[in-house]
Amino acid sequence: MAVLELTNISKHFGAIQAVNDVSLSIEPGQVVGLMGDNGAGKSTLVKMIAGNFRPSHGTMRMDDKELILHKPVEARQHGIEIVHQDLALCNNLTAAANVYLGRELRRGVGPFRILDYAAMYRRAGQIFAELKSETRPRDLVKQMSGGQRQAVAIARTMLSQAKIVLMDEPTAAISVRQVAEVLNLIRHLRDQGIAVVLISHRMPDVFDVADRVIVMRRGSKVADKTIASSSPEEVTGLITGAIEQAA
Amino acid sequence: MAVTLDQTIAQKQHTFLSRLFSSQTFWVVIAVILACLFLSFATDAFATSKNLYNITRNITFVAIVALGMTFVIITGGIDLSVGSVLCLCSMVLAVTMHAGYSIEIGILASVATALAIGAFNGILIAYLGFPPFVVTLGMLSIARSLAMVASNNTVVFQFGPDHAKLLALGGGAWLFGIANPVLYMIVLALITGFVLRWTKFGRHIFAIGGNEHAATLTGVPVRQIKVAVYMISALSAGIAGIVETGWLGAVTTNLGNGMELQVIAATVIGGANLAGGVGTAFGAIVGAALIEVIRNSLGLLGINAFWQGTFIGGAILLAVLFDRVRNFRRSE
Repeated sequence: MAVLELTNISKHFGAIQAVNDVSLSIEPGQVVGLMGDNGAGKSTLVKMIAGNFRPSHGTMRMDDKELILHKPVEARQHGIEIVHQDLALCNNLTAAANVYLGRELRRGVGPFRILDYAAMYRRAGQIFAELKSETRPRDLVKQMSGGQRQAVAIARTMLSQAKIVLMDEPTAAISVRQVAEVLNLIRHLRDQGIAVVLISHRMPDVFDVADRVIVMRRGSKVADKTIASSSPEEVTGLITGAIEQAA
Repeated sequence: MAVTLDQTIAQKQHTFLSRLFSSQTFWVVIAVILACLFLSFATDAFATSKNLYNITRNITFVAIVALGMTFVIITGGIDLSVGSVLCLCSMVLAVTMHAGYSIEIGILASVATALAIGAFNGILIAYLGFPPFVVTLGMLSIARSLAMVASNNTVVFQFGPDHAKLLALGGGAWLFGIANPVLYMIVLALITGFVLRWTKFGRHIFAIGGNEHAATLTGVPVRQIKVAVYMISALSAGIAGIVETGWLGAVTTNLGNGMELQVIAATVIGGANLAGGVGTAFGAIVGAALIEVIRNSLGLLGINAFWQGTFIGGAILLAVLFDRVRNFRRSE
């Protein structure tokens, strides 16, 4: 059964048709590579799943129930987690504070509840250990390397029982060794039965880790097939428009 | 010995002392203490109880407003209207009481005025996307003019049946001979410090100042919080206005003129960053203290009062210079 199913989803901003009649379904424990050139509609599609935009037309279903999102918090409540391209980190806060941003742990009774620093440091530390990342929960994000920042952003998705993790270009701005780390992490999420949508421009990453590839061009879905039945050459052709539609 | 991953993660990079020495607030405290020591030896008048009483009381009005301003500045905003709002709230209190209403109703009207102005500023900034500088610059002009309208630009010095109560509220010393305004300042500073460090609201204020976009994406209610900080800032101006009315025993439409710049100077000297994301309650108080000590000392040392602005301006630049030097060292 599909964990997320989109049916005839469209989005327009005034006269601009950003996403046009896209249908797709995502299974649990599956890694889906979402590819396409700049302006192909990937980001808009992801932002609809993340609750940033509402679709102009079409329906989204999650676990066979209709999914209507008004804001990002609701997506999170449904088990949809996003790793944003710019990582959405606050440089002036610690790693733990960033991991827990928007869902801080508190202790106390009734209205007298204070931030539970100890618990947040402890749990964030556990997650970093699980990710095999040398990231200290008490350090300011300002002082961190690209890989550590990535770890902080990814650690957010592991706080709750996520069903789907959307990753927007997670390997765009990091070193080769760190790319391998991030890909390992994606496999780690997959093995726990979490569906991962990997938005990427990097062909090798998608062919390395994904089970399926979806290609978008000018707002429409032009391919949706298993990695095994496709090739980088075909996907490149689909992205640029040299191949009109997947066979 | 091999260092395991767990040990690395558990390690603290900064000790208490290293954090202390790298904080701008700490060095400003040192500056205040040194200035006080120097003045006690250099002049006879400084370390007298009368002068100290004066200094502490003079600090309070700027400090109370600076506490509210700290919230706004941490979010990366600015509130230029506080001086005028202080005057308007003071005038609303005075006019209401002068008309024969009780002190409770006067304070209620004054606080309601402050909150309404704060909400107006906040909504324009958070929901309609106006730049904070422009909105509060407009309010600076509006609030002062409303104060003139409310009082017909006269001096109000008779506060109706509760006249004595109001003067006691602002001018009394209910606890150990400490002036009441100082007590209010201490209480408000403790509340501010607590909110900033220990509440979710405080954490979100820092997040907005650090990266507003990230705060929005992670589900922080950015707009509501922005409205709240401008309401807090206006409220702190209102409270300072009420207390100052009781202390002075008279209100003119000149009250709080130019105060916004002193308040902003106090927060910046105390370590708040106008770009947002940094600031403390203690810093706001210490900044206000340094400004007042400088002012007081110039008088006692017999230096022409025209030099005041130069010294206070110099203190602002020096405080920020410390911050720049630390950043240069870190980036190298």
